[in-house]
Amino acid sequence: MLSLIVIAWRNLMRFGRRTLLTAGLIAIGVLAVLLFVALSGSFKNLMIGQFTDSVMGDLEIHHKGYVASLDNLPLNLNLTPAQWQRARAVLAADKTVAAYAPVVKFGGLFSNFTESTNVRVNGIDPAREAAVLPLLPGRVAPADAAGLLKPGQILVPQLLANGMKVKVGDTVVVVTTNRDGSVNGRTFTVRGIVSDLSGPGGRDAYIDIDDARHILRLATPEVSEVLVRLKSLETLHATVAALRSALDGGPGKPAFEVHGWDDLSPFAHIARLIDLLTLFVKVILVSIALISIMNVMIMAVYERIREIGTIAAIGTPPGRILGLFLIEGLLLGVIGAAVGIALSLGAVAVLHVHKVSFAFGMGNGTVILSPSLRVSDIVTVGVVVIVVAVLASLQPAWKAARMDPISALRHI
Amino acid sequence: MADIAFAEAHAAPVIRADTVEKRYRVGDVEVKALKGVSFAIAAGSFVSFVGPSGSGKTTLLNLLGCLDRPDGGRLTVFDTDIAGLNRRAAARFRGANIGFIFQDFNLMPVLTVFENVEYPLIMVQNWPSRRRRERVMDMLAAVGMAEQAGKRPDQISGGQKQRVAVARALAPETRLVLADEPTANLDHDTAYKVIDLMRRLKTELGVTFVFSTHDPKIVAAAEIVFRLEDGRLSREGGPHA
Repeated sequence: MLSLIVIAWRNLMRFGRRTLLTAGLIAIGVLAVLLFVALSGSFKNLMIGQFTDSVMGDLEIHHKGYVASLDNLPLNLNLTPAQWQRARAVLAADKTVAAYAPVVKFGGLFSNFTESTNVRVNGIDPAREAAVLPLLPGRVAPADAAGLLKPGQILVPQLLANGMKVKVGDTVVVVTTNRDGSVNGRTFTVRGIVSDLSGPGGRDAYIDIDDARHILRLATPEVSEVLVRLKSLETLHATVAALRSALDGGPGKPAFEVHGWDDLSPFAHIARLIDLLTLFVKVILVSIALISIMNVMIMAVYERIREIGTIAAIGTPPGRILGLFLIEGLLLGVIGAAVGIALSLGAVAVLHVHKVSFAFGMGNGTVILSPSLRVSDIVTVGVVVIVVAVLASLQPAWKAARMDPISALRHI
Repeated sequence: MADIAFAEAHAAPVIRADTVEKRYRVGDVEVKALKGVSFAIAAGSFVSFVGPSGSGKTTLLNLLGCLDRPDGGRLTVFDTDIAGLNRRAAARFRGANIGFIFQDFNLMPVLTVFENVEYPLIMVQNWPSRRRRERVMDMLAAVGMAEQAGKRPDQISGGQKQRVAVARALAPETRLVLADEPTANLDHDTAYKVIDLMRRLKTELGVTFVFSTHDPKIVAAAEIVFRLEDGRLSREGGPHA
């Protein structure tokens, strides 16, 4: 086998410049793909992290039917205390879950006593919320080591604060309609301003969960949703499936809804678009490898027709001739992939030193990408290129193996 | 038929042709390249086929080398009816029994002299490395090319290339060597040396050599000479001419 590889290598190097150009083209393709994968993957992960770590958690649990009415924040579809206790028990038993936090959500009227507007109020358990959304405290100005907020305090979205000229320490009032139709209101002290994730438009205010229940006159500790943070986002879909199964109440019984972040956030579409673009770039790479290697191997066969006739005449089995040309294609793929991977690792290392940054959103300032390559990405791209190289060589190799020795020996 | 009788009388025939025919179609015209050729060649013979261009020499050598199949008659090589060999079996048969020497040497330009001789032992015989090395060095020594083992074909002369081709043909312990115009691209002196070398190796190794030529001086070196003319064979020289 080693001898065959040596012969194949010598055959490739008889047109060294052409071989190097082809391998170089493949290497550049691999470099482009892996760099794109590293940068787009980094961007995607960073963006997903922004949403899951500061807004919605990795997955959410609601009462069945709640998500379909999400825009109305229906109070009659809260989780009952018994259901919340059951969800807690299931979450506590799941080893993939890092933290969870209950939220009571409702729509209300926000007023600074001179003007008012609508607001979406999140009643939170500050300590649990910070554990599930570790980036949320960073969005609150001013920062407070004591926690996100205390009972009687409110975090006001930046849009409202700017528009209504509300400052930290001001007293504001939140008014809402309860489940029974009565109206209730309460004053709060502005503890901080919450910057929005992606520019103006956010209307989420935060108060303590007990304040929320008080305003809503909830006699029992109901919960609108449970935010869940996983130990690893890689387990998202498995955990969602496991929780759905564990929380299933059986046929005809009220059940829970469990949704991953990708079911709830519009950014999931962007993430899927990034995956689609990555696939598209990979297809281009495959095309480059396929066309360039097939071109080289077809030329190799036509240039060596007499030689093929000779080796066929001396008794070389057709399968061995096929193998020789396939090894030549394989070597081209291996060289191109190896050089491309080496260049990609070097480029990613350089990007770690010279950071890639850009502005994203209003409050977060500059986002710094940390491109990295997963072993699985490297192996996938390398294997795809090598397999494509062999496939591209298959037709020329087959042609060489099937060549009639007499015609080949006559070829000028 | 007298030649068949001669071969049967003296040694088991390596090749036996009985009214062998071969036809080609050129456009709408059918050309009869061989018209009922019969002969036999005994083991260890040094045989030449002579004749003008287009007489059917190469066609006959292609048949003997199992590169082609006859359209009529019966042709056996080492008691194997070559008409019954499919493509794969023919390749296996050639690899096991027959060596080829070509007019244009047909050495692999990217391989050294050593590697060219080793080539059939890798590609066809799949011998282990140690056995290959020993056999290649023996063959190169036999053709006087051991000193040039590391050179590439473009670094040696035409005569040396043909010596390497002879070594390559003999390396897999072949019993029959077919050479189509092996001296056509060599000057006279070199051509005689190559033919002398082939004849010496025939004697030393007991291999049967069959070659075609149109050079009368080269023909003189053959023990048995068959003349091919317009697809018909006649015995021209040799012990029973």
